[in-house]
Amino acid sequence: MIDRKHVGHIFPAFLSTIEAGRIRLFCKAIGETAAIHHDAEVARKAGYRNILAPIAFPTTIAMDNPNPRCIIELVDVDIGRVLHGEERYEYFNAICVGDQIMTELKITDIYDKKGGALEFVVVALSMCNQLNERVCDIRRSLVVRRPQPRNTVGAA
Amino acid sequence: MSTLNLETLKTGDALADLTLPPITRYQLALYCGGSGDHNPIHVDSDFAKSAGMKDVFAHGMLSMCFMGRLITRIVPQSRVKSFGVRFVAITWVGDEITVKAHVCAVDQEAKTLTLELSCVNQKSETTLQGQAVISLS
Repeated sequence: MIDRKHVGHIFPAFLSTIEAGRIRLFCKAIGETAAIHHDAEVARKAGYRNILAPIAFPTTIAMDNPNPRCIIELVDVDIGRVLHGEERYEYFNAICVGDQIMTELKITDIYDKKGGALEFVVVALSMCNQLNERVCDIRRSLVVRRPQPRNTVGAA
Repeated sequence: MSTLNLETLKTGDALADLTLPPITRYQLALYCGGSGDHNPIHVDSDFAKSAGMKDVFAHGMLSMCFMGRLITRIVPQSRVKSFGVRFVAITWVGDEITVKAHVCAVDQEAKTLTLELSCVNQKSETTLQGQAVISLS
């Protein structure tokens, strides 16, 4: 079982710069062609500071964590048993090219289902920009599969 | 961007599907770089096979991005209050994903509309379930 003492653990915050080239590659990968994600003039006319990051881009910002495996290392499980269960964004302000985003990361819950066969680690990420505006919160759930017991009573 | 008149949408209304071309290894390589998720299981078939998988498979987040494309194709991004997904099944390289959406609730008091979304593959299996809350005001 994962030690429940990790609930409430706060990891070191980290800073990301939203680069135009990264948004361009992200859009190319997902097939996003809307001008607001490619053309700074179009984005400014729509009221944004600069090119607008797509709606599912915050997860990519979270990948800037200097140690992307910090959660798995802290709760001490094998990455091969970890699945991404849920990802949920709550939006407060736009994320644009040139922004400096500070991300805070915290474990908010650990629980199990099916008698411990599946454990869930729930993580909250909170992002603020250079204007000290809250831009996005992420709630992420990681699913950890327990290894199958190799020997059961009565087995040959 | 052709945005809908949100005021006229009612519970049960289906939105136009977003149909994607088959997932290619090239697309997975682009998403590996673009997303910053460098897990080799999505791009290196030797690695994927050694981990017991039949081949490489798509990042779950790539399907969430497809869902996001459908949402912002129909509503301005500034109207989206929340967007969440549950990862249900693996999307393999070569799979053809269609994103579907319908209105599951309209709350006139809170001035919000809730979309229920799903990604389905060419076998009509659901791979991703999602929900987005859109502000009407």
